[in-house]
Amino acid sequence: MMTLREILTSLGGELLTPGMNLDIECSKVFASDLMSDVLAFMEPGSVLMTGLVNSHVVRTSYLVNVKAIIIVQGKRPDMNVVDEARENKLPIISTGFSMFEACSRISQSFPEGKR
Amino acid sequence: MTEEIVFEQEFPVKGGDFSRAGQVSCKIKNLLQELGLGTEIVLRAAIVSYEAEMNIIMYAWQGCLDLSVTPHRIRIVVKDSGPGIEDINLAMKEGYSTATLEMRELGFGAGMGLPNIKKNADEFWITSEAGRGTRLEMTILTNGQKP
Repeated sequence: MMTLREILTSLGGELLTPGMNLDIECSKVFASDLMSDVLAFMEPGSVLMTGLVNSHVVRTSYLVNVKAIIIVQGKRPDMNVVDEARENKLPIISTGFSMFEACSRISQSFPEGKR
Repeated sequence: MTEEIVFEQEFPVKGGDFSRAGQVSCKIKNLLQELGLGTEIVLRAAIVSYEAEMNIIMYAWQGCLDLSVTPHRIRIVVKDSGPGIEDINLAMKEGYSTATLEMRELGFGAGMGLPNIKKNADEFWITSEAGRGTRLEMTILTNGQKP
């Protein structure tokens, strides 16, 4: 279990949606670039880690109650995508780490089966 | 006896319109939340609606989602004009997909759509005619929750 603030720090990330609550507790992480898999396999209330930056990531996340989106590989979504996330109260963090490295850095804090 | 309809709305969806993909389902989710339905019920309806909406956008020329809510159920009927599905049993198989590279680059088309609809709906019917289109009907029971 980590707060979003702790995740942000461990990943040396940047919060792209300033002003959002970073003290929310995150107990599950789902890492995928396949929105089909997010819809089919993710536990609701997870943090989504992905390399995709299109608006479908935000809409998918909103629809399945994702708590926050972490974008890996230093990618940054377009402003309209960030705006859509803000409207839906979805925090977005961008990190320069790869998917593997980002997962590895935070995985110790999550029990097996919840990451 | 037919149940009283608390809410009903039809949402058109244009095939190939990837930029708007998901907007109808976000609206449906908001509406169901405003009606006071529980989180788990709304989540299942949102997934069913989104998978169906994506199918129209990815495969059909045009279609519509018809949402109706009664005191005991959410019903979503999806009709499209499109190429239809030749082999429904094959399309229901997890991982079977005819998606293009463009769809897959967006994160969709993994062949989980129809099986995921079946998993999240309490009742699911599908009929399709090759060269004409497909009709899905999904029901989610609300266990007497509001409304």
